[in-house]
Amino acid sequence: MEKKVIATTSLAGCFGCHMSFLDIDERLLDLIELVEFNKSPIDDIKRFTKPVDIGIIEGGCANSENVEVLRYFRENCKILVSLGECAIMGGLPAMRNGISIDECLAEAYLNGPTVQLNKEKILPNDEEIPMLLDRVVPCHEVVKIDYFLPGCAPRADLIWDALVAIVTGKEMDLPYEVIKFD
Amino acid sequence: MQDLVNKIVKRYQTDKTRLMDILLDIQNERGYLSHDDCSELSKKLKLSTAEVCETASFYHFFSCKEARYRIYLNNSITSEMAGRQLVAEAFEEACHTSFGETSEEGLFFLEHTSCIGMNDQEPAALINGIPFTQLTPFRVKELISGLKEGKSLEEAAYESFGDGNNAHDLIHSMVNNHIRKRGAILTNDYKPFDVIKNKLCKRSPEEIITIVEGSNIRGRGGAGFPTGLKWKFGRLTKAEHRVIICNADEGEPGTFKDRVLLTEFPELVFEGMVTAAFATGADIGVLYLRHEYKYLLNYLNHVLDNMRKKSLLGNEINGCKHFNFDIRIQLGAGAYICGEESALIESMEGKRGEPRDKPPFPVEKGYMGYPTIVNNVETLASVVKIINNGAAWFDSMGTSDSAGTKILSISGDCLFPGIYEVEWGTTINDVLSMAGAYDVQAIQVGGPSGMLLSKKGFDRTLSYSDLATGGSMIVFNHSRDLLRDVVLNFMDFFIEESCGSCSTCRIMPTVLKDKLLKILNGHGVKQDLEELVSWGKLLKISRCGLGQTAGNPILTSLSNFRSLYEDLIQQDKEFDTGFNLEKAVVESCNFVNRKPVFETKNLN
Ligand SMILES: Cc1cc2nc3c(=O)[nH]c(=O)nc-3n(C[C@H](O)[C@H](O)[C@H](O)COP(=O)(O)O)c2cc1C
Ligand code: SF4
Ligand code: SF4
Repeated sequence: MEKKVIATTSLAGCFGCHMSFLDIDERLLDLIELVEFNKSPIDDIKRFTKPVDIGIIEGGCANSENVEVLRYFRENCKILVSLGECAIMGGLPAMRNGISIDECLAEAYLNGPTVQLNKEKILPNDEEIPMLLDRVVPCHEVVKIDYFLPGCAPRADLIWDALVAIVTGKEMDLPYEVIKFD
Repeated sequence: MQDLVNKIVKRYQTDKTRLMDILLDIQNERGYLSHDDCSELSKKLKLSTAEVCETASFYHFFSCKEARYRIYLNNSITSEMAGRQLVAEAFEEACHTSFGETSEEGLFFLEHTSCIGMNDQEPAALINGIPFTQLTPFRVKELISGLKEGKSLEEAAYESFGDGNNAHDLIHSMVNNHIRKRGAILTNDYKPFDVIKNKLCKRSPEEIITIVEGSNIRGRGGAGFPTGLKWKFGRLTKAEHRVIICNADEGEPGTFKDRVLLTEFPELVFEGMVTAAFATGADIGVLYLRHEYKYLLNYLNHVLDNMRKKSLLGNEINGCKHFNFDIRIQLGAGAYICGEESALIESMEGKRGEPRDKPPFPVEKGYMGYPTIVNNVETLASVVKIINNGAAWFDSMGTSDSAGTKILSISGDCLFPGIYEVEWGTTINDVLSMAGAYDVQAIQVGGPSGMLLSKKGFDRTLSYSDLATGGSMIVFNHSRDLLRDVVLNFMDFFIEESCGSCSTCRIMPTVLKDKLLKILNGHGVKQDLEELVSWGKLLKISRCGLGQTAGNPILTSLSNFRSLYEDLIQQDKEFDTGFNLEKAVVESCNFVNRKPVFETKNLN
């Protein structure tokens, strides 16, 4: 059997989901028997070098770069998996959704109690910086997502079982206890 | 500051379960609720400030904004259909303020509000609790400039009185009854208090319950629970006190029959409460009156006073040994959910109107832990007629599974909106023809929590086995955009009125509405329709009827008007989220003063 190709990325997430991924511990060794990693922080490959079978997304979309990377993944991956609360629902970053983006920026760069050095009231507007979205949105509100793995972070066992299921094409056992949303 | 709070707290014997009344009185006398009032109150009642604020912030009509005139403009669908938008603009212009705000001089406060029970005379608004009906931009301008010139609200309101008791000295309201068809309950031959005087004490409570059971009457508040059985259960639990509550919260958009019953036949309703008390052995009676009907309060209290004078309330009612029962009126403060019986009880105990987990049901453990029977206004009014005319008389009306009559509140696109009492078994076609509704595209049966029926369903009958309803009927002709105008309006109602306890009910109506908006904006795909149905099912696990029915506007329109949805769906696409990156960054780019650039960087 040819090895499946996997890519992963972290958008507006905390890398906790990736940490949890690493928590599969010595099974990583089993995993690389089954799969080959492409673009991913795990092997530090920055660009897709070939078509990918499974793309794993941590984090939702908070800015234009997140959206672009996510779309890039969609174009290059056959299957996309939303991993964790942030990817599925926006998570912690989405807490700003109840507040207008103007207020958020003003608090962060102008009025907040910890803003002391910004005497000239400079706002981040360099072209190189990603543009903020008005709301943090979950991945499936931008592109089609095929599978969702809930949890914050999803347990290592869940990630392992899901990957094995996708790679081997066998149905996954999802007991009630592992479906956790936070 | 302290004096007022002190005085009012004493009025209620420092009883924290009367927090609703205390807050209402403070707001009444001061014009608003200040934070200082709330903290002073918490000290006096030995509650935390948070507990006081919790209650105060739950209800729509409590306000911390100071204003001489509080204007609440109804936003129910028939109000929209009758030109609400123009009326709202006229208010904003005349009052120099916008909705949710107070005008500069603190004179006017403008706010939207859910259905105020005037669907047959829209657009309607409450100004300091006084209903102003059939408003037009011209009348709004006249009214507001009158108030600015120092005219009193009463003067402005009393230009013309409505029909029947609406002109009574203690009501003086421009509201109209519009009773268009009378039946067994609304007949004019009612002799007040005949049942209390001549029927009750001669029989045992059990006999009364047997008659009520034999009549096969079921609750008229919506849930349709057999009334005789409820009374029987109410007697089962041993208790020091028992409670009868008449539910006059009438919040389902489009119903207004309880308002008319209370205006024209308050004696009948109170007599029904006394009958229920006799049958169940209750000694405490409460009429929970929605805030929107506060203009009836003095009048209703006057009727109760007269009853007390005639020994029809109080100790040993009508000389009947050990039969002690009295009624007080509890005002609500604006919350549809308080029509749900356990939320209503929470509210009566001075708390937020959040439904309780059941069991225990109120008949076992209700108000202050006592067995409590909650009945709708119409149910209690019907019971008096049943005792008077016999169970067989009542059971002979209607259909085999639905005995008696139902009072319908008909509104919307028909020539004669108003109150119609019909026997169960009447078809929708008959209802439409009765009210002069032609060119009908759809009728909403049972309010937003009911269903949107298409022509295919017009031969269905009103009955518990077919179309069970609390009586709200809203007609829409072919000029109406059912999805954009009607369904969205109903979804907003549920989103506004959810108490927020259950995550399903707090979130799913918004999710469903967003999906509908996405479809309306041209981004819908076939999968969206499937998701509306499957996600809508999740609402069924909500704690109470509000959440369980909150998806109905979308779910029933989708099943009865599927082509309206299909026509909006993109046939050539399987997937479209409607996400627009260009739009999503506009706001932040504007704020930081930067031009959005979308060169698709070559990530490869
Ligand atoms: C959200 C919600 C709102 C309700 N509103 C009312 C109401 O305004 N009036 C009413 O009588 N019953 C209302 N009910 C039904 C009551 O919970 C209760 O079943 C009814 O008052 C019992 O009286 P009945 O048996 O005479 O119908 C409502 C129920 C729910 C779930
Ligand atoms: S889901 Fe939890 S662990 Fe994963 S990125 Fe979000 S916050 Fe971090
Ligand atoms: S279903 Fe809605 S209204 Fe009812 S208890 Fe739950 S959150 Fe409150």
